[in-house]
Amino acid sequence: MATAVLTTSSSVTRQQQYVRAFAGLFLRDLFVLRRELLPFVIRVCMNPLLFLFVFTVIMPHMGSAAMNPTASMAGANFSTILLPGLMAVAIMFSGIAAVALPLAQEFGVTREIDDRVMCPLPVAAVAVEKIVFSALQSMIAAAIVFPMAYYVPATPVVAHVSSWPFLLTVMVLSSLVSGALGLTIGTSVKPQQIGLIFGVVVMPITFLGCVYYPWSALTHMRWLQIGVLLNPIVYMSEGLRGALTTGLPHMNNALVLIMLCVFLVLLTSLGIRGFLRRVIG
Amino acid sequence: MIVQIEHLRKVYDGKPDVVAVDGIDLSVREGEIFGLLGPNGAGKTTTISICTTRALPSSGRVLIAGMDVVAHPAISRREIGVVPQYNTLDRACTIFENIHFHCLYFGFSRADATARTRELLEQFHLTERAGARPQQLSGGLAQRVQIARAIAHRPKVLFLDEPSAGLDPQSRIALWDAVRALRSQGITVVLTTHYMEEADELCERVAIIDHGKILVEDTPAALKASVGAGKIYELDLHDQKGRVSLPASLGVLDGITAVEQTDTGVRVFAQPVDGLLSEVVRTADPFGLRDLTITEPSLETVFIRLTGRELRE
Repeated sequence: MATAVLTTSSSVTRQQQYVRAFAGLFLRDLFVLRRELLPFVIRVCMNPLLFLFVFTVIMPHMGSAAMNPTASMAGANFSTILLPGLMAVAIMFSGIAAVALPLAQEFGVTREIDDRVMCPLPVAAVAVEKIVFSALQSMIAAAIVFPMAYYVPATPVVAHVSSWPFLLTVMVLSSLVSGALGLTIGTSVKPQQIGLIFGVVVMPITFLGCVYYPWSALTHMRWLQIGVLLNPIVYMSEGLRGALTTGLPHMNNALVLIMLCVFLVLLTSLGIRGFLRRVIG
Repeated sequence: MIVQIEHLRKVYDGKPDVVAVDGIDLSVREGEIFGLLGPNGAGKTTTISICTTRALPSSGRVLIAGMDVVAHPAISRREIGVVPQYNTLDRACTIFENIHFHCLYFGFSRADATARTRELLEQFHLTERAGARPQQLSGGLAQRVQIARAIAHRPKVLFLDEPSAGLDPQSRIALWDAVRALRSQGITVVLTTHYMEEADELCERVAIIDHGKILVEDTPAALKASVGAGKIYELDLHDQKGRVSLPASLGVLDGITAVEQTDTGVRVFAQPVDGLLSEVVRTADPFGLRDLTITEPSLETVFIRLTGRELRE
């Protein structure tokens, strides 16, 4: 009886309690990120910067077509193809770095997560906070990569925003999907195996994620073109192509949004289930 | 009753299934320091994990301040503070920030969180280390920070899981002082331990747990009195046959309440009667008495009498 009275009377404040706890967790993550901003920026920049430097600066300067594979591959457009692709990689890598790696450490060594789970909100919300905060990092990473991919290449990049709402929707959905992917990986892999995951999962989905080529270019390898549809990165890069480099072939925008939503629901539920399994005995 | 555990069972699936907690009933009164004493693997940590919403029971329930923690985990956490066995301090934050953010998680305003953090750092003598990272602290200091953080949101009950495991004797005594100080703030403390000195020294009531079952529950003094002896003589015998025949000859002596065999001789439970010791020595001498140890009953003795095993096996 006492329990019933207690829960009814606190039902309004319960929502507030959850919101405050969630905000507290988010503030803590923001605070730590701000303090470690420089390593974060370096981590985000290195991969795309080197990629751009090699493929869009060094190679075009090699002159002859034989020494410049990118010229024969996609012509002067290669820098334009790379812009959305590298943003997608930055988004995806942030999800892994912000959720999967720290989680592997927390489950394996520090057990800090046990304390976070004692916050006065449902445990699933602790997992959702990780996804949401990771999404914020992904958006920042994409925003850092954009000017690099625009200004570094020696060949001109043709990009303009066709629709801001579409761009923002793709960015937000992609970022959330990458956070959910990070959560799924971080909770389903043994901490000792997290290094292996980079080779077995992260690298393949990046290279087969239509990052360095548009999806339509795979038309002569039909099996691959259909196979990569299971890869969420494909929809991130194709969606960003649809939003930023409309001059190049890209997937149907509506299809991209639908598939990103499908992956978000799937990976979030898998990730939350894995999280609950790991923290609640 | 601030903590009420009813018919609690926890079975871990496997081949074969492991029954970690086997029908525990316990009540903890408001404001007391309650100890769960038992060897490793007795089910202490599992019981605490269920009480603190970090594990789900197979059956039974736990009420904390009248609230069912299994049915309402998120709400119950407001009334619960936890210090787990291992260090769960946030390595990316300083000591101050650890407590400060904990307050924010529990809905404090920034100003209140800062005030509460300062107050706790003061109370636990941590002010000088406020800017240190958890990695820079000794085990004893880290444990104090964990307690300070666990009570920052003013919970009604604090659960400590093996609080002094791995601490040096000095840190252990400092920890005990810190735990005793919590009583004056009206916080109920439930702790698990396999150190009988800790249970004896710190707890007002102790439940002895083994193989997932509560064997006995009372004040340390009453538990020790239940042994029914003022002194315990441990006789080490050269002649192993004496282990078998000596108890009968000792049992008839006036003031001896019980005699039992041990691995190396016999254990005699005796009342404080004048001349009894020399009587015992004389009787045991023909069996090659090598050594004699005299102790007073401890919780260890209680555990041995209940299970036939030592606590630290």
